[in-house]
Order: sequence, then structure tokens, then C-alpha cells
Amino acid sequence: MGFFLETLIGGLMAGMLYSLIALGFVLIFKASGVFNFAQGAMVLFAALAMARFAEWIPEWTGIQGKLAANLIAFVLAMAVMAVVAWLIERLVLGKLVNQEGITLLMATLGVTYFLDGFGQTIFGSDIYKIDIGMPKDPIFLLEGTFPGGILVGQEDLFAALIAAALVAVLAAFFQYTGTGRALRAVADDHQAAQSIGIPLNRIWVIVWSVAGFVALVAGIIWGSKLGVQFSLSLVALKALPVVILGGLTSVPGAIIGGLLIGVGEKLSEVYIGKFFGGGIEIWFAYVLALGFLLVRPQGLFGEKIIDRV
Amino acid sequence: MLYRENGQFKTSYRTDQQIFPILQDKVVIGLLLALAFIAVPLLAPEYLFKAVLIPFLILSLAALGLNVLVGYCGQISLGTGGFMAVGAYAAYNFLIRVEGMPPVLAILLGGVCATVVGVMFGIPSLRIKGLYLAVATLAAQFFCDWAFLRIKWFTNDSSSGSVSVSGLSVLGLPVDTPAAKYLFCLSFLVIFGLIAKNLVRSHIGREWMAIRDMDVAAAVIGIRPVYAKLTAFAVSSFFVGVAGALWGFVHLGSWEPAAFNIDRSFQLLFMIIIGGLGSIMGSFFGAAFIVVLPIILDNLGVAVGFDTAFASHLTFMIFGALIVFFLIVEPHGLARLWSIAKEKLRLWPFPH
Repeated sequence: MGFFLETLIGGLMAGMLYSLIALGFVLIFKASGVFNFAQGAMVLFAALAMARFAEWIPEWTGIQGKLAANLIAFVLAMAVMAVVAWLIERLVLGKLVNQEGITLLMATLGVTYFLDGFGQTIFGSDIYKIDIGMPKDPIFLLEGTFPGGILVGQEDLFAALIAAALVAVLAAFFQYTGTGRALRAVADDHQAAQSIGIPLNRIWVIVWSVAGFVALVAGIIWGSKLGVQFSLSLVALKALPVVILGGLTSVPGAIIGGLLIGVGEKLSEVYIGKFFGGGIEIWFAYVLALGFLLVRPQGLFGEKIIDRV
Repeated sequence: MLYRENGQFKTSYRTDQQIFPILQDKVVIGLLLALAFIAVPLLAPEYLFKAVLIPFLILSLAALGLNVLVGYCGQISLGTGGFMAVGAYAAYNFLIRVEGMPPVLAILLGGVCATVVGVMFGIPSLRIKGLYLAVATLAAQFFCDWAFLRIKWFTNDSSSGSVSVSGLSVLGLPVDTPAAKYLFCLSFLVIFGLIAKNLVRSHIGREWMAIRDMDVAAAVIGIRPVYAKLTAFAVSSFFVGVAGALWGFVHLGSWEPAAFNIDRSFQLLFMIIIGGLGSIMGSFFGAAFIVVLPIILDNLGVAVGFDTAFASHLTFMIFGALIVFFLIVEPHGLARLWSIAKEKLRLWPFPH
């Protein structure tokens, strides 16, 4: 039982991180109907910017304290992501307005390749580390109830807390600010939003910046866990089944889908993986999502798809 | 002046519906085939065969298959690499497990196995559409990657999943020199290209296109979506599987699952976007473009003096930028430019 709970908690924490990336997908899809394949590349790009700025700033300015350097690096990385968002809107999506979803998807694939190459050109392609001082030691919970307690990585716990906080902040932003309301209006109906004077282009830049912000946070968390390297951009591939499981248009869907996939992945690896020769984590999430879509083609919380001739 | 249809009157439906209705087209294609079959094997240096021509032929075949599915039937697939892997490993197993199996038959049977797997992963397309389907096809990719790495039976118990094939021969003739390999692949491509061209001109090709343009409307006018979508998946995966088997048998010789990973799927998708979605000709253009571009960039980089890491990043950036550029400026790809050039040529030099 203790072991089961340990796996379960491990899965929930991994799932929280998937949700974080999935959230980026959902935000952009809701606001502009673009299935943003470049989210993974954005995570890599943001993490690279963060890691390198944190390295460079003490050299440039002579600021010593790690906290100060990290904070400035965070702000600079966010600025870089905002510029990226603006450029993407300006050069790519602004020119593809009213195209089909598939075309937009392929355009973001192009953006993915570009960002991967560009990021590694200007920031370098070695493995870098982000050190924001996350505690690394595992802790034991409920030692009284189970023999040996439940092993939980403090780092994971910390990351899950950050992810949860981010979700709360985003929810508040969408719910209570003027910009958030405009974003929701655009998500509901582009044309209606435009007709009451909401500037679509600006909204799209904001949405991509927000997605860049989510990518930055995800990049920092994943980057400090795994090191900042090219494989970070593949993390997004793990988040894709989360998005389609939860439904492309639903923020709660991204979170619940992430948790489901995280838990499903860990439990299946531990309990049924051995019958298949192990390593089933790679495809289990996809097959889970695929099976689920067969029952509900629009995902868990997605809007019902109505076809008209 | 040279290229025009004036005076070429069609007096029967048969002549009217030829693939190349204009005499000049026939002559050019005939010359091109003669060049490809006779002149190139005699003249081309070995490097050209290995680095450019053979990859181009095989990837054109795969792009042709993918174009049937994505370009003609509108079902986007990100699992092409997986289907190529199925073709390659199935053909390998037929070759080593069945005594006296001719390699050509093994390659075709590899294609048949890819068809079965393709149809299996195509079944969800009946319910799942558009973007959801694109992601769902990734399941095929990851599942195949995993299966050939972990299930030892497929790879004849090799520890790393790497297998090798040697001593190919056709009807007693060995296929070992680069020129022979080139001719082997070229024959496959010509035959399959002809099949594909005729399929998309036939009633089934028109059903695919109707489904692509709007599947509900197509169903209303009496096209069975199940039949149309699954045949598209079947034909496409057969082509892709044969291409995968050729890639393993002829181009690589020995390979491991990483040869067919997700980057391969994206590469093929880029080929058909740049070449032209829904165009047979476009598949060839796209494959040529994507095969040749990195080689040119690499050589250029070396000539200018970039280090290799920078050159490879630059290749990534140029690829990405080109994809976006084509989607914005010419969504129908190189094939569209080709047909514009032909239109212009028809009126040249007196365009009025």
C-alpha cells in the first residue's frame, strides 16, 4: 500500500508538470485556434535564455548574489519570450489568418524547427543548468502509518507547488483583469470580439506572451530537474496526449488530463510494464488518450464538435 | 513555341484521358526516363548515388505514400516513420525467417504488414478528426519505436534492435554496386508512381478528395467515409512500408529503430508541404529539395568555414523558415510553381 501511494504521488507530481506544458497549448488554442506544436521549442528556448542569462549577468554587471542574478535573468528571459511572441504573431500567424487548423499546425512545426536552431545558435548547445535553489533531498511522509514511510522528492513537491500556483495566477488573470476578459471574449468568438473593438492582433501577442511565460516556468522547473538541453523540447511531446485527453479548449481539462496521464503512466509502468518488457511510458499516454478519444472524440472537457455541411 | 497543344485533337475518350495528353510531355518524360535508366547509372559518381540519388528515390516513394493520405485524403499523419519501421522490420523478418524468400517479395510483404498496421491505426480516424487525429497518429510512431526496441522477436534477438541485410539479389543478379541499387530503387519508384497517379485519377482518388474537402458533405452524397479513409490509410501505409523496407535493405544495409524515429515523420511531412499537398509531382520535388538542401548547406558551411554545430543549427533554422515561407507564400508548394511555369511556357513567347 505504501508503495502504491508512493507511485501515485510520484505520478501526480509528474502529471502536474505535464499540465504546466499542456496549459500553454490550451491557452493558445483557445485564443487563436492554433495548435501550437512549438510549445516544446518555446520551453527549450526560454530555459536556454534563463540558464545563459543567469550565467552571463554576473559577468556583465558584477552582481554577485544568486537570487538577484536569477531574478534579472528571469525578467530578461521573459522579455525575450515576449519578443518571440510578437515576432511569431507578426511574421507567421498574422499572415495565416483564416487558414485551416492543419495549415496553422504545420506553420508552428516550422516555428519549432526555427526556434530550436536559433536558440541553440545564440545560446549554445551544451547542457546548461538552472539553479534556483530548489531543495533536492527526498523526504519521507506518514512514517507512522506505513513501514518506511512514503518517499517524496522535495524537488518534485516544490515543482508541483509552483505549477499549482501558476495555474491559480493564470485563472485569476483570466477571471478578474480587463485583459483577461478580452482574452476570454476572443476565445469565445473572434468576430464578435473584434466588432466590439478588441484588437485581435494585440490579444494574440498577449496570448503568445502568456504562453511564453508558461513555457519559461515549465522550462525552469524541467531544466533544473533534467538540465537544459535539446531533449527538453521533446518534453512537449509528452504533453500532447494530455491536451487531447483533456480537450483542446479546456484549462481544467489540461490540469486533470495531466494528472490522469501522470498517474496512469507511472502506475502502468510499475504494474503492467513488466509484462511488456518495460519502457512502456513512451507510448502508454498516447494509447490511453487514443482509447479515450474513441469514446469521446472531443476529449474530456472539450467543446462538442458539431459538423455542418 | 515548342510546348503547346494546338493541333493535337482528341478523337476518343481514351486519348482525352491520358496521363500526358500533350505530345511534348510524352517526349520529355520519355527522355527523362531514358536519362534516369541509362545515362545516370553510366555517368554518376559513387558519392552522388549514395548521398543523393538513392535517398531521394526512396524518400520520394515514402512522400508519395504520405501525400496520398495527407494531400489527397486530408488525414494528417505524424506516424509515417513508424509505418516505415514496420515495413523495414517486417521485410527483414520475412527474409531471414522464410527459407529462400526473394528480397523483392520480402519488401512487398513488408509493405503488406505496414498496410495492416496502418489500417489498424487508421480506424480511429473514423471518429477522431483534424488536430485530434494528428496527435493520435503519434501513438503509432511511439508504439512502433518502442516495439522494435523492446520486443526482441522482431529484431531476431539483437540486443540494440539493430539488424542488417546483405547480399541482395534480384532474379540471380546481385544488387551490390551503387548503380545497381539505384536502378533497383528507381524501378520501384517508377512502378509505384504510375500506380499512385492512376489511383488518384480513378473513382477512389476522387472519393479521397471529396472526403478531404468536406467529409460530412461527402458522406451526404453517398461516399462511404469508412471505405475512403481506410483505403487511403491502406494505400499510403503500403507505399510507406515499401519505402521503409527499401530504406533499410538498400540504403542503410544495417539499421536500428532510431532510423525511423519521429524526425523522419516530420521530414516526410515537410517534403509534401514544400513539394505540394495533393500532387504526385510535388512529392518528387519535395523529396529532392529536402534531400539536397542539407547537403548543399553543409558543403556551403564547410566552404565558408562554419563549424559543424553551427551549420546544423543553421540547417534547422532554414528548414523552419522555409516551411513557414511556403505556407504563407505558396501553400500549394513547388508543384504549383511548376504548373505555373508550364502555363507560361504554353504561351511563350507571345503571351497575348
